[in-house]
Amino acid sequence: MAKLETRGLHFSYTAEKKVLNGIDLILEGPPTAIVGQNGAGKTTFVKVLKGLLRPSKGSVYFNGEDIKDQTVAQLSRHIGLIFQNPNDQIFKNRVLDEVMFGPSNIGASRDDARDQAMAALERLGLEDEADANPYDLSLSERKLIAVASILAMDPDVLIFDEPTMGQDFEGKDLLKQIIREEHARGKLILCILHDMDFAADVFDRTIVFNQGNVLLDGPTREVFSQKDILESAFLEQPSPTQIARVLGLDGCYLTDAELIAALKN
Amino acid sequence: MSIIQVQELKYRYPDTERLALDNVSFEIEQGEFIGIVGRNKSGKSTLCYALAGLAPHFFGGGYGGKVVVNGLEIRASEIEEITSDVGLVFENPFSQMTGSKFTVFEEIAFGLENKGIDRTEMVQRIEESLFLLDIEEIKNKNPFSLSGGQMQRVAIASVIAMKPNVLILDEPTSQLDPQGSEDVFRVVENLAKEGITIVMAEHKIEKVAQYSDRVLLLDDGKLVDINTPEHIFSRDDLETHGILAPAATRIAQALDIRDPLTGLYPVTLAGIQRQRGEI
Repeated sequence: MAKLETRGLHFSYTAEKKVLNGIDLILEGPPTAIVGQNGAGKTTFVKVLKGLLRPSKGSVYFNGEDIKDQTVAQLSRHIGLIFQNPNDQIFKNRVLDEVMFGPSNIGASRDDARDQAMAALERLGLEDEADANPYDLSLSERKLIAVASILAMDPDVLIFDEPTMGQDFEGKDLLKQIIREEHARGKLILCILHDMDFAADVFDRTIVFNQGNVLLDGPTREVFSQKDILESAFLEQPSPTQIARVLGLDGCYLTDAELIAALKN
Repeated sequence: MSIIQVQELKYRYPDTERLALDNVSFEIEQGEFIGIVGRNKSGKSTLCYALAGLAPHFFGGGYGGKVVVNGLEIRASEIEEITSDVGLVFENPFSQMTGSKFTVFEEIAFGLENKGIDRTEMVQRIEESLFLLDIEEIKNKNPFSLSGGQMQRVAIASVIAMKPNVLILDEPTSQLDPQGSEDVFRVVENLAKEGITIVMAEHKIEKVAQYSDRVLLLDDGKLVDINTPEHIFSRDDLETHGILAPAATRIAQALDIRDPLTGLYPVTLAGIQRQRGEI
């Protein structure tokens, strides 16, 4: 399974403000959520992981090798990033061309690229939109097309930046299913989220970013148990945990089902 | 008279067959905070556009029925007339930016300048909007250098500065962190208390439940119901309309915690506490 590691990672866009301030992380194994306030450095961090931004200090290792010697094009075969704003990612005027672009670009034949693209669109329930112009679709559908574009390339690492943004609960269920399937296929999944309930429900490990540093990192339940530290980073505990407290139950509950089971006991 | 009246509204985008809005009727009173919920493509954005006059004036398309906002019949009015008192915050803040201004301050000033607001008042309104959205620090930055979350705050600030009588917001918090979303809901709630009518399409169901006076549920372009959050989220058929009830309601249902008078479930943490006699 793929492994990403950062050592002493620093990054700044300008001289005055440090965005990443010495990040040491080993990312492998379970699906991992990255949470934190706007401006905490989450998006910058994943852009550095993918090689789109180069660290000002420190290193990123992909499967043990420093990525500084690899081009973005070489890395893109292994590390897929789904942008927060699909408009930053989508540039073709036909959905199928957009989703075929990735696999074609890393050497798939036209037929293979088409098959991979159609398979990815089907997984997202968008096969009927293959001939549509992405900009005739809604923002939430364009977000799913951006997901399909990366799935079609079948990278070893899938990084989602705010995938649940603008999705209804059916869309969130679909994303949850895709994350679980890709993990089962041996992919490393990283996901930036503002939705704590989705993080609690779907991810085994959670990392909290705050002002360019890692504030908390561990099993999701342990991280979301740290009420005071989360609040210091302007984050909330998942809804089931908040409701549990109102009902007089201590402890951290990650899903409705867990809380209901505890309450019925 | 109600500030918003929608009668048998039907709307279809150009070159499409399907009715994006299909025979929708409701009324909204001055100062109400209305949350619009529904699955994707249920018509939430289109309804926002119809209230702000973009449908039909900007998009064209087929239109039937009647929409009156703030005393103006939308179809018969000029878009300039409508927008002087009806503000719209777009889902994608990129759509809101003029693209011709180099600082956040100028971006927010744009609408006010067009409206001919005098300079002293203009500066005062801009400062106030910057303060409300907590973006004073970035007032000299280029709008296109901002993160999605910051740009979303600028988009909201630029509309609030216009002091509209009716404020329509289409998923205004989609790119904001939990604290940022809470801030926006609080700002908007205060505007409602000042008598500004709020209509907000939003997926964050917990927040809709907490802040809305009434919730409007759409499915496939049709109005399913417009009622109090407790009524809407206690509906048995909610999930068939693509909506998951707020966490508090789901837990209350599992434990059968409900209001003894109405039989409805609470929709917030405070609602659960109230039913348990704790507050």
